[in-house]
Formats: sequence, structure tokens, C-alpha cells
Amino acid sequence: MTSAGWTAEGRPLLAGVAAGSALVLREPLSFWGGVAPATGRIIDTHHPARGQRVTDMILVLPHGRGSSSSSTVLAECLSAGTGPRAILLGEADGILLLGALVARELGVAHCPVVVLGDVWQRIATGNVVRVSADGRVTVRPPVEARERDR
Amino acid sequence: MLAGEHGTAMALAMRIVTAMAEAAGAERLIDISGAHIDSCLYHGPVGLRFAERLADDGARVRVPTTLNVSALDLLHPGSVRLDEPARSEARRLMAAYESMGCQPTWTCAPYQLPDRPGLGEHVCWAESNAIVFANSVLGARTDRYGDFMDICAAITGRVPAAGLHMAANRVGTVLFRLRGFGRAAPEEEAFWALLGHVVGARSANGVPVIDGAPTSVPEDHLKALGAGAASSGSVALIHVAGTTPEAPTLRAALGGRTPLRTIEIGPDDLRTAAAELSAVDSSGDLRAVSVGTPHLSLAGFERLTPMLAAARIHPDVTFYVSTGRDVLQGVEERGWLPVYQAPGIRLVVDTCTYITPILAPDETMAMTDSAKWAWYAPGNLGIAAAFGTMEDCVRSAVAGRVIRDFGWLDG
Repeated sequence: MTSAGWTAEGRPLLAGVAAGSALVLREPLSFWGGVAPATGRIIDTHHPARGQRVTDMILVLPHGRGSSSSSTVLAECLSAGTGPRAILLGEADGILLLGALVARELGVAHCPVVVLGDVWQRIATGNVVRVSADGRVTVRPPVEARERDR
Repeated sequence: MLAGEHGTAMALAMRIVTAMAEAAGAERLIDISGAHIDSCLYHGPVGLRFAERLADDGARVRVPTTLNVSALDLLHPGSVRLDEPARSEARRLMAAYESMGCQPTWTCAPYQLPDRPGLGEHVCWAESNAIVFANSVLGARTDRYGDFMDICAAITGRVPAAGLHMAANRVGTVLFRLRGFGRAAPEEEAFWALLGHVVGARSANGVPVIDGAPTSVPEDHLKALGAGAASSGSVALIHVAGTTPEAPTLRAALGGRTPLRTIEIGPDDLRTAAAELSAVDSSGDLRAVSVGTPHLSLAGFERLTPMLAAARIHPDVTFYVSTGRDVLQGVEERGWLPVYQAPGIRLVVDTCTYITPILAPDETMAMTDSAKWAWYAPGNLGIAAAFGTMEDCVRSAVAGRVIRDFGWLDG
């Protein structure tokens, strides 16, 4: 990977600006039964990323799975300050969008949700990701990797 | 509606519905004839704030609307060990939804209530197992909706013309062929629960079609199939060729097209599924059994009642049976209730054993006949679970240890 990074044009489902470190989930995630709102930790015993925290991350995943309650659990995470800064999806997912929408409606938090398509797979955990209001997503390797390349 | 001439609650609900329509690329909204609300299950203060904001603004549902399980068992108030302030807030959440005109059904199986939507009818259902049942078994049309959208659709009476409301999106795309099973295996409900687990995990975002099953599959088996698939995956519609209403034939289920993928499923796949749904060490002392996820039907009680009437539950085991208050009334009318008042047996109503603290702190090894319960309970409750048939669950509860026999898979 080059140190310059790359850019993708995403489709914002809930537009907004965010930046942070990527947590990439190769498998779908159900927030209900999958993430503990008190800690932001992934508790789904079947998930390969079990034990990781979504808190303050740019959460990247193919799509959601499982429970309808995931909308509420995402909103509770965002309210408790344990939620992600933004969600980038391979495919549109209404259930996750709803959680972010209601968190914004109630003035709790603004967590942009963007659909990236297949290009989500190019992002790696630890990449530095910037989300623009128009859905543009800029991805750069982490600082350590950039220094190594220099 | 967006401008708020019908009140701020209507405007808020319409903003959510409109945002969902934009996200789905829908060009218009369509009318629904009913809704099922999942948002009444308490998870924290945000869900309560949202519901009370709508209720305080005088929101009322426009269509007949049923309510999912809550975090409390109102008929057995002592059975849920929920601490304050969660207990009071959970009760307030229930009250908020009732005040908006929703029916206090408190069940995750609204399809077991007398009024249910018919073929082609548009509804907004949340609760993953209810969604897949409505689409697959009833042929009603609902997208895979989450919390908040359910009540907003009920208040506005509208949903986006998108997703599974559109005929084109209901065509099967992933074909599962059953191979190597005898006649007897599909007669076991656990067969369908395990099949659901596999189908959910391997369908991605496609619409699965199952081929090679018997042509008359009881509703309870289809319910187990859907609940398993909607837990391990994001499945919202399953066609069972020759059985479900939109799949009179395999060709019809696939819309006359070639499936994107074909996957063969044999007995070993279901054995693997059973292992995935069970703790590595399922041989220790059993402390709890939970059946009735999703809520046990009257047909389920008809099977379970004679088994439990003849059983003497081990003194270290609690046998939990979860159901809705509507089905409970049927159980009472049939004179079956005394069976469930025997030592070691506990009825759980309005809620379920894996979503709120019901199991005793030392009940850390549990068994279930539900793929959904086996999938979620270990993460939610921090316990070990083992999956088995309903018969195995009863036998194990009597013995005080996990007894399982998957020989029927070869039957």
C-alpha cells in the first residue's frame, strides 16, 4: 500500500463528517446480542472480532445481521459514548441506519452512515479514515506504516 | 405531514420514514395494513426518550399494531430480576407504546395471534423471527425493519416502496438442496432449527430457497427455520419449494431464473450446526432448560404438555417455558396449566429468558431446543448452552445433565 492513501465515493445514508481509526469486521454484526452498550465491546460469541471495542472507531462492515433491536442498541451505544464515530457499509442496512438517525433526531450524537459497495473490503483495521459530508471516504495507512514506507 | 400540520410527533415519524425511503432509493411510500413493534423491549434511556417524545406529543397508531416482548413479565412480576432504574424505565416504555394505541400482546410471535396478515398484504413488522415468518409463511410483505421504524410506520401508516415490498426482490436467489436425508429427519422440529442456522449463515443478503423438503411442513417447523436463519444471518424471506405460498414449485420460487449459488446440505452440515450452537463442553451438570423461543405455540404446548406431565424435573434444574399471554389463555382453557405449576417448571410470559435477567445467577449451563436462544443466550447471559430436540431437553432436565441423540438425522 502506498503512503498516499486512496479515496472512494460512498453514498451517504446519513450524511456527516467523521475521522478516526478503522475497525473492519469481515462478518456482519448484530448490535443487539452483539455489542454491550456499557462498554462498546463486541460480545457476540460467534463473531471473529469478539472482544474488540467499536467505541470511537470508524466501523466498517459488509452489512448488519440478526436482531431488529440492533437499531436501539446502536442508539444506546451512541448515547452512552461507546458507539462508533461513523459506520461504513458494503450494502445499505436500514436497521443500523435507524439507530444513527434516531440518535441524531434526539440530539444524542451524529454518526454518519455511508454505503461504500465492494470497496469496503480494501479498508484494513487500523487505517486512518476520513468521511466527508458528500459521502467521500479517504483511507490512509496508519501513521506507523507511513513512517516505515518513508 | 413533514411540515408538522399533524403535530410534531407525526412530523418526526414522517422524517424517519422519509429518510428510510431515501436510503432505500424508494420513489414513493405505500400504505400498510398493520404493524408489529419491537421497540417496546427496553435496552436503555434512548429508546424510552424516543417513545415518550412521540407519546407526549399525542402520537397514535393509524393501523392495528401489536407489541413484541418487553423486558418484564407482568403476569409473574417477581420472576424478572431487573434493577432500578431499568425496571421502572422498562415499565414506562411499555406504557408509552400502549398509550399510542398499540395492543398489549407482548409476544415475539404475533403470527400466533388470531388476526394475521394474508398473502400480498403490506405490513411493517420488526422482530427478526416475525419478519421472516410474515414474509415466508404468510406471504405478507414486510421489509427487514428495525426498532423506531416500526412505530413511525404505524403512526404514519406508510412504508417506503422498497425491499421485500416489491415483487422483484422476493425472488429466490440462493438455492439450498437437501441431500442424504431420509423421510424421518425433516419430521423433527430440530431439523428445521439447524437448517435455519445454516441457511442464515450462508445466504449473505440473498433470498434462500430450500428444495427437497416434504411438501407439508408444519408452521412450528417453519417458525424454527426462520428464527434460526434470522439469527445467524440477515435473512427476511425463505421459500420452501412446495410448501410456502410464493413457492408452489421450485421454478416459481426462483422466478424461472438460475440461482446465483447452489449449496448442498446434508446430515453432516446439520451436525456441525448443532456443534456450533452448543458449548464445547456440554457434558457438565445441567442447571436450566429454556423452550419457547420464539414464544411457544399452542401446537408446541400440545407436544410438550404430555412430556412434562410424565416427567419429574431434577431438583437442580429449572425448566423454563416462554409464551405469549394469548397462547397462555388457550393453555388454561385446555386445562394444561397445572402441568406448568409443578416443581421445577416455570412459565415465562410477556418476555423471554434470554433478554432480561430471569435465570438464577448459578444457572450457568442451559439447554434449549431453539437455534435462536442457543445463538444469543451465551453472549447475552454469559452462560454455556447446548442445543437439542424438545424430547432431549425434557430427558436432560429429568437427568440433571445434557443428554442428546442426533441419530434422527440419519433417519
